[in-house]
Amino acid sequence: MATVTDAGQTAVDAARTAVFDAAVAADERIEPRDWMPDAYRATLVRQIAQHAHSEIIGMQPEANWITRAPSLRRKAILIAKVQDEAGHGLYLYSAAETLGTSREELLDKLHAGRQKYSSIFNYPTLTWADVGAIGWLVDGAAITNQVPICRCSYGPYARAMVRICKEESFHQRQGFELLLTLSRGTEAQHAMAQDAVNRWWWPSLMMFGPPDDESSHSAQSMAWKIKRHSNDELRQRFVDIAVPQAEALGLTLPDPDLRWNEERGQHDFGAIDWSEFWDVLKGNGPCNEQRITQRRTAHEEGAWVRDAAAAHAAKHTTARSAQNEQEATA
Amino acid sequence: MVLSHRLAQWAGHAPVLEEEVALANIALDLLGQARVLLSMAGDEDELAYLREERAFRNLQLVEQPNGDFAHTIVRQLLFSTYQRFLYEALAGDQVFGPLAAKAVKEVAYHQDHAEQWTLRLGDGTDESQARMQRGLDALWRYTGEMFRPVDGLESVDWQKLEARWLSSVTAVIERATLRVPEGPRTGAWTAGAGREGLHTEPFGRMLAEMQHLHRSHPGASW
Repeated sequence: MATVTDAGQTAVDAARTAVFDAAVAADERIEPRDWMPDAYRATLVRQIAQHAHSEIIGMQPEANWITRAPSLRRKAILIAKVQDEAGHGLYLYSAAETLGTSREELLDKLHAGRQKYSSIFNYPTLTWADVGAIGWLVDGAAITNQVPICRCSYGPYARAMVRICKEESFHQRQGFELLLTLSRGTEAQHAMAQDAVNRWWWPSLMMFGPPDDESSHSAQSMAWKIKRHSNDELRQRFVDIAVPQAEALGLTLPDPDLRWNEERGQHDFGAIDWSEFWDVLKGNGPCNEQRITQRRTAHEEGAWVRDAAAAHAAKHTTARSAQNEQEATA
Repeated sequence: MVLSHRLAQWAGHAPVLEEEVALANIALDLLGQARVLLSMAGDEDELAYLREERAFRNLQLVEQPNGDFAHTIVRQLLFSTYQRFLYEALAGDQVFGPLAAKAVKEVAYHQDHAEQWTLRLGDGTDESQARMQRGLDALWRYTGEMFRPVDGLESVDWQKLEARWLSSVTAVIERATLRVPEGPRTGAWTAGAGREGLHTEPFGRMLAEMQHLHRSHPGASW
């Protein structure tokens, strides 16, 4: 009878869940062949895909300045950085594929607007200094977010993050150094750097996601040890790191309420404009349309290349197996 | 430097992620080689950002706009094969030997990448084959210029270089089920025009974009 099977299945599931929970509690890594709850799998696919998409869309605002980079050294650094981002996207799509999805499927969802990418990349890069501000602030926020993921309960994701974080820290230092050069340069260069920091500061704080009481996935993700710290904790950590760095740069942060709080041993900072955050997330930011259109266009215009590669591979596999067969009969 | 700039324009537009990585990688190698060469001649940024179009000595082939992916791959095949044989010929040169010895390894990878794609696209679908042939037909005219003797490179046997290049490129083109174009290989003006500072129209626009920021802040450092 069906009920007997159901009861048996329930018992098996309960046992598996217990093994899974124990592994997570003991800080063991969950690996692709291990049993995992469906919701854990789905959360990871969503998060890793969104992370991968962010790397790919994130190439655009920076690539926007490659052809105008003001020195050959800066140009080389920027090309290398954009190349690294494509590489990070590749690692992350591979990590997501261990969960039973495919890069193709995830890209289709991105192009259809059914999966998101980081809201920060919907802001435009208007001057050269924006390249530095992205390196310092955006990569800085990303690192603060991502370093704890190196200890995430899912093995392939954690291992991808170890590699990615190393490269991101390098990019962040380069961004800082770019801004420092501008800040200590001519008056016009200093003004360019300050303007970029003014425009990127608040969007960078928004990268940590909504406040803890409005974050729908946080509690479960923390219980599963996918996330290790809350959004607000990480945001606070980032502010505390960024303030002395801004001083070292000789630049100010655009927040009149920003000050050291002796009692808390942390910085107080002003209120974030959450309506802007939700609006950008809904697709109404300055560049949402442009970013997704460029991505979709690259994909569509590349279709004939992918088709040709597949056709070539098919022909040559057939040719090779025919040859093998002939050799076998001879 | 010019070809590196063109390849970097693909960033964010490539047909597959692997090619985002590959094209950027090639662009970086070429930029590295250019920086060494320019530094041998003077200040790299002054030479890159403050010369006008007529003072650039690059081949017309490398300044050609990217076109579609096939066009880019054809340009890459024609140039990286040339570059590989040229660097091999320069390996023993007193001045350029050290650069050539390092660069030849990078360029061998570029050539392999271009050959693999030439085979895939030439012998892929009807559409990819047609696009490759169009690219070959359009770019073939710029190839004669590569073999005009260059002052200061006396150790290179240009005729031998050309024969070697032609036979290598022909073999790949034929394996890819494509036709070697029959048209002249004399360039937009005459063979050697790029080396004399005579360029094609898209080049000036490329430089305008590339040099704009640097020129807007005279004397600034970056």
